[in-house]
Amino acid sequence: MSTTAVNIASRFAPDLKDSTSPSRKFRDKLFLSGLWIATLVGVLTLFFLVLSTLLKGYTRINLDLITGFPSPFPEDAGIQSAIFGSLWVVVTSGVVSLFIALCSAIYLEEFANKESRFNRLVTLNIQTLAGVPSIVFGILGLAFVARGWLGWGFTVGTASAVLTMMVLPVMIVSSREALKAVPSSLREGAYALGATRWQTVSKQVLPAAIPGIATGSILGVSRALGESAPLILLGALAYVSSNPSGYTSDYTVLPLIIMKYAQEAQEEFRAVGAAAIIVLLLLLVGLNLLAIVIRDRSRKSW
Amino acid sequence: MVKDMNKTMDNDVSTAATTADTVRGVSLRPDSLPSESSGTPNKEMIMESRDLQVHYGDFLAVKNVDLKIHRNEITALIGPSGCGKSTIIRCFNRMNDLIPSAKVGGKIFYRGIDLYGEDANAGEVRRRIGMVFQKPNPFPKSIYDNVAFGPRVNGKPSKSETDELVERSLKRAALWNEVKDRLSESAFSLSGGQQQRLCIARALAVDPDVLLMDEPCSALDPIATARIEDLMQEIKGQYPIVIVTHNMQQAARVSDRTAFFNTEVDADATRPTGVLVEYDETRKIFSTPSDTRTEQYISGRMG
Repeated sequence: MSTTAVNIASRFAPDLKDSTSPSRKFRDKLFLSGLWIATLVGVLTLFFLVLSTLLKGYTRINLDLITGFPSPFPEDAGIQSAIFGSLWVVVTSGVVSLFIALCSAIYLEEFANKESRFNRLVTLNIQTLAGVPSIVFGILGLAFVARGWLGWGFTVGTASAVLTMMVLPVMIVSSREALKAVPSSLREGAYALGATRWQTVSKQVLPAAIPGIATGSILGVSRALGESAPLILLGALAYVSSNPSGYTSDYTVLPLIIMKYAQEAQEEFRAVGAAAIIVLLLLLVGLNLLAIVIRDRSRKSW
Repeated sequence: MVKDMNKTMDNDVSTAATTADTVRGVSLRPDSLPSESSGTPNKEMIMESRDLQVHYGDFLAVKNVDLKIHRNEITALIGPSGCGKSTIIRCFNRMNDLIPSAKVGGKIFYRGIDLYGEDANAGEVRRRIGMVFQKPNPFPKSIYDNVAFGPRVNGKPSKSETDELVERSLKRAALWNEVKDRLSESAFSLSGGQQQRLCIARALAVDPDVLLMDEPCSALDPIATARIEDLMQEIKGQYPIVIVTHNMQQAARVSDRTAFFNTEVDADATRPTGVLVEYDETRKIFSTPSDTRTEQYISGRMG
């Protein structure tokens, strides 16, 4: 025993000083600095974007911005109708798509026979839809919701329906992932006590999946909040000087009012646009904070 | 082929008790016949499998399993890895229903009722035949809610009934004294051995007729294992136990009967199929086994 210990010890220097060769140390540092640069590119870009927007728009970040409506005079111009338009559309599409996405994710993940050809086709379709450019949903909405069959026109209802269609596949995929991440031992434990499938899903699987579902859904909602392309086709690119009063109202949304103001010739209007960007970013940060809170809440209990 | 088996095996359990007493030519338990016919409650049979076989897709995982589970006894299933012990035990409360590719052939009777019959409901089966798993799998809830889950899904017990059930079950699982002051804490705050006893308490809370344990101690240290083994002895009078174990010493220590499984490769199969080699009283299996394969396994020359 003691002889082996001596043999091993003799392979090393008697002290514990670092004997790593300089080239190994250099590669270590090179790799680390590469990671640093990659991280900084993202963070700094965002930082300068926000900074330049703030510099352009700080004069208009005040109460008039959110109480005012679009106006031909830049000093009166505000974005209240766009904030309310965005809220109407995003809350509606968020709630509707969360409901549908949850139901279909639960069906596909917990009830459907995953081997069956039909369900594999459905899965493939959903994954494809999640990658379809949003403008395609806009064209679809224009043809079938705004005009054509439904003929809802350029209204809050149309925008909500199209954003629901757009967000739905993403939400289904992320909800399925969240359900899939629930360990099967949890399901087995419930089944082994005589629980029915629905009891197992509703009392064990779903509560365990809530953090994941919330995160995925709020990311989907954030995407809807920032979405502009399909709504350009659906009549949101307009100066609307009143808040929506229902699903048949005219509307505009924040990303499009930003676009409108940014296209104006007058510097003062562009400042309103920059200020609106700040409001939009704050809403997005708020949504993400909400996701974090929900995630931590449901995790903290256990 | 599985269908045909079902038909030929479709006679009632009382005749089976006297007919299927040999497996592969090996006499099962010559001393148990008289006691059964004389109706001694101690040796009453509660479950029986007849020519049980399980396919996963085209793969025959285990075949020709004839087992009898008796009241007041612990039955151990031992054998090398891949011999189908866990597959068998999962048939006994229809947990294999959850695997779409699994097909169960042959028959399993519980108190003379066909477990896989037309009228048998899988939920009802699992309510009566409880299960404890290899890895402790408490629900991500409080200790109290873990134990109360079974009674709650199987009825709507009142608060006081639930309190009583939780206390009784935790006492039976020898966990009450350790957790009575922190019932509302997370089940994950318990140690591994405590978690496994919580899972036993959870299974006992629905007052099953049989308790299946699939390697319940394989994730536990020796002290926690000893506690579970003591617990098994305490409750076996009320809950007959079927235990799968990798640990032969455990089987020898705790069980009254032992079934030894082994694998064999058919000429046309690529993967080995599990078979029941010998089923007898534990002391006989470990002292004078009838089959040379059993002898080789328990003496450590195989597996």
